[in-house]
Amino acid sequence: MKANIRKIMVVIDEVHSEQGQTVSPPTRRAAAVAVIANPFAGKFVADLSELMDIGEELGGLLGEKAVAALGVAPSQIESYGKAALVGENGELEHAAAILHPKLGKPLRAAVEKGAALVPSSKKRGGMGTPLDIPLGHKDAAFVRSHFDGMEVRINDAPRADEILVAVAVTDSGRPLPRVGGLQKHEVKGEDGLR
Amino acid sequence: MPDLKIRKFVTAVEDIFHERGPAPAKPRKRGWCLAVIGNPFAGRYVADIQPFMEDLKPLGMEMAQRLIAALGTDPKDIDGYGKGIIVGAAGELEHAALWHAPGGYSMREHLPDSLAIVPSSKKVGGPGTRLDIPVTHKTAAYVRSHFDSVEVGIDDSPRADEMLVALVMTVGPRIHSRSGGLEVSGIKVKDGQK
Repeated sequence: MKANIRKIMVVIDEVHSEQGQTVSPPTRRAAAVAVIANPFAGKFVADLSELMDIGEELGGLLGEKAVAALGVAPSQIESYGKAALVGENGELEHAAAILHPKLGKPLRAAVEKGAALVPSSKKRGGMGTPLDIPLGHKDAAFVRSHFDGMEVRINDAPRADEILVAVAVTDSGRPLPRVGGLQKHEVKGEDGLR
Repeated sequence: MPDLKIRKFVTAVEDIFHERGPAPAKPRKRGWCLAVIGNPFAGRYVADIQPFMEDLKPLGMEMAQRLIAALGTDPKDIDGYGKGIIVGAAGELEHAALWHAPGGYSMREHLPDSLAIVPSSKKVGGPGTRLDIPVTHKTAAYVRSHFDSVEVGIDDSPRADEMLVALVMTVGPRIHSRSGGLEVSGIKVKDGQK
């Protein structure tokens, strides 16, 4: 275990109806969120490779936890996203080191495939700050029904020297999608876009 | 549930590994299940509201079952609990009181030795409102190691004509509990308090 993890929260959001219309089957999103120590809090460190390794570890751990929370096979995951919230004594660059170089590969393994870019967001903030994780279709970024976001927050995190790292997955798109665009059954899944 | 309109469920579980002190052998768990439902009394004064408690009973049972499943723990090891409700803007605080019996008894039905009154909190609020739900030991309310609270909320709930009902369960004492008072080993009277 490379990361010093204080806690992990896993949350499932399941929508059964919207504006009086039944949503069947329910749309379901899950997020797994880790609160970890920031090894570089309060100081400038040029080489961020330790955080990159932590990102690799968390991509697999959080991806597997989020998929398990939905209780579906990895191949049934339809969209994904990632985000990081750095406590006040860290830098935005710390979020980038966790999210971008190495987190994607084990996350894609956890959801089987994943030809599309993993959409991401990052920010700095204090305890209880809401973090919006962007969501996009895992194999074709242009699937309009799956553009979404999932808000997570933990009232006691991140402390000044901590980082909150989040991965979200769904087995469905938005409830009642009807704005057209590329449909999920039309996905080729080769170039990550369509 | 003929008169119950469920829009969504949110279920979350935290695994807490340490609170910056020596890590306990077993992580502590805290979980919550939230349901967003229509408020049948929104926007008008209704004198006789108690029949709705009957409609809430099966919902409470389903939420307790969802939460126990999410915690993935033998119900005998679940030793703390609490409940709460946020009523949307078109409702009144009195509607919140309808959750006391169905929310509390649904958990006590599932958890052995749950003699203590289930602590609760309630408020009227809009989407994104946060609610702190008090937590106490299920067998003896004076057990000091289990006093806690869990903050819950959903970014899109409750709408004005909805209610957000909540159940909370915990496994184990506060991490690094060391404030004295009645310990679990000292429970003797079995009156729900000591």
